[in-house]
Amino acid sequence: MPIKVLVTKPGLDGHDRGAKIVARALRDAGMEVVYTGLHQTPEMIVTAAIQEDVDVVGVSILSGAHMTIFPKIMDLLKAREVDDIVVIGGGVIQDADIPKLKALGVREIFNAEATTQDLIDGIERIVAEYGRDRTRRAAAHAR
Amino acid sequence: MISHRVHRDLARAISSVENRIVELPAALRALAAHGHVPASHHSDVLGVTGPPGAGKSTLVDRLIEGLRTAGETVAVIAVDPSSPFTNGAVLGDRVRMQRHAGDPGVFIRSMASREAGGGLAPATRDAVRLAEAAGFDVVIVETVGVGQIELEVVAVADLILVVTVPALGDSVQTIKAGLTEIADIFVVNMADRAGANRTALDLKHMVHEGRRDIPVLQTIAQDGTGLPELLATIAERRGAEDSNAVRAVRFEVVRRARDAAASAALALLNSPDALAVLERLRAHDITRNDAIDSLLTIFGGPVHAH
Ligand code: B12
Ligand SMILES: Nc1nc2c(ncn2[C@@H]2O[C@H](COP(=O)(O)OP(=O)(O)OP(=O)(O)O)[C@@H](O)[C@H]2O)c(=O)[nH]1
Ligand SMILES: [Mg+2]
Repeated sequence: MPIKVLVTKPGLDGHDRGAKIVARALRDAGMEVVYTGLHQTPEMIVTAAIQEDVDVVGVSILSGAHMTIFPKIMDLLKAREVDDIVVIGGGVIQDADIPKLKALGVREIFNAEATTQDLIDGIERIVAEYGRDRTRRAAAHAR
Repeated sequence: MISHRVHRDLARAISSVENRIVELPAALRALAAHGHVPASHHSDVLGVTGPPGAGKSTLVDRLIEGLRTAGETVAVIAVDPSSPFTNGAVLGDRVRMQRHAGDPGVFIRSMASREAGGGLAPATRDAVRLAEAAGFDVVIVETVGVGQIELEVVAVADLILVVTVPALGDSVQTIKAGLTEIADIFVVNMADRAGANRTALDLKHMVHEGRRDIPVLQTIAQDGTGLPELLATIAERRGAEDSNAVRAVRFEVVRRARDAAASAALALLNSPDALAVLERLRAHDITRNDAIDSLLTIFGGPVHAH
């Protein structure tokens, strides 16, 4: 079954070029991508993640607001008792912030140096490792 | 009252049928086992179909708003196309409906059409049943952007809105078979664009010459113009329409008969007689048309394409 990914742009950040490129690249890799568009609140992102029952929430932030937005998303997921949807990020995120985000539970950050193939491989690996679905995990294991 | 927890359970139940991990009855039982689900709840199912980019999702967003204002809970199943080349999909209908986040009375789920070709996804029908069981008053099904013959929505919806836009054609399009035959309500969206009155008039003439009374309404989904009239028309027709039940059954019977015939044909193609015909074709003993005719004779009599 295809991996399902939410690609979303939080807050006032209007840089959507990268997010659209990512959405397309994942589509071309055979994934089902739910694209939310711009100006999403943490509530919108978490609601979409739950209703769409995605494997991965991919948040694209280039505005510098990542240290305020990721904690809100992680808190709200916890409040809704969702602990098995993987959260990752991309955009312009300083190296110094990456360990702090990972401490919050964000599994991976993909910055501008990442090629689209890196993203595809990374997401497949992260889903195999942390994703909820046992059958898929078993299949990945068997490979 | 529908809670956030219902959303999570419903979402998981839909995934389990969509990915063929369980069959619908098991998914319904799992949903019911969570205790917050009314035993046999009925939802009115509204189908929204029409060509790509006609404004279906924007209109659905307005319908959600109107139905919520009237105190009804709404689930949306929105289908977007899968790539026939990679099986991947970008599901973007949700972009137009994001403002309802946080309202537990609204549940929105995108589905990729996967291998299905009728405008819905293979599991859309099951997803509708699950949303119904979860207690939503109305379930709205948005099809992929359709052409004239992707009509599967009739097998799912009680009331069908065919959304079109000005200047997609002229009065000839309105008499062609297919999409126009499944409408319970015609919506000419993008009424802010030139030609909306003309398109609405063409449709009204077509309706006038037909057997059923189908309202033709104009909307501007972007700003909500025409929505009160559309909502009133939907309210009036909901439940009253059962002609769709007849259409849905006819459609489903034809579809299953066609599938069964196709399976039978495939099996017969592997029979010794059929293989012998194909062998003669390969050896240039007979022409393609001869081969088709002899194979169809084997299948039980000549069938001619029209
Ligand atoms: C193009 C651009 C713009 C365009 C945006 C067009 C658009 N619709 O996207 C325009 C001109 C509109 C613009 C405007 C502004 N910009 Co600008 N912009 C850029 C620029 C030059 C490139 C961004 C880009 O498109 N890169 C190409 C894409 C493909 O790369 P990407 O987004 O990084 O995505 C890759 C990875 O990050 C990753 N990825 C990204 N998202 C995701 C998501 C997931 C799930 C995954 C897995 C991976 C992933 O994968 C992608 C492929 O490798 C950057 C500089 C830079 N080096 O990034 C500045 C930059 C982002 N902009 C900046 C600023 C300040 C602005 C403005 C505020 C300027 C102003 N004063 O008006 C405005 C704000 C606009 C707004 N409303 O938000 C700053 C941000 C500073 C900060 N973070 O602290 C930057 C960093 C420039 C700088 N060095 O100062 N900008
Ligand atoms: N001018 C105008 N634009 C509209 C109207 N309704 C929708 N739009 C715009 O038309 C574009 C397509 O709208 P959608 O709602 O995504 O159309 P859709 O039919 O759902 O599209 P698909 O699902 O891709 O088939 C968007 O940019 C909308 O903002 C309208 O009444 N007038
Ligand atoms: Mg749409």
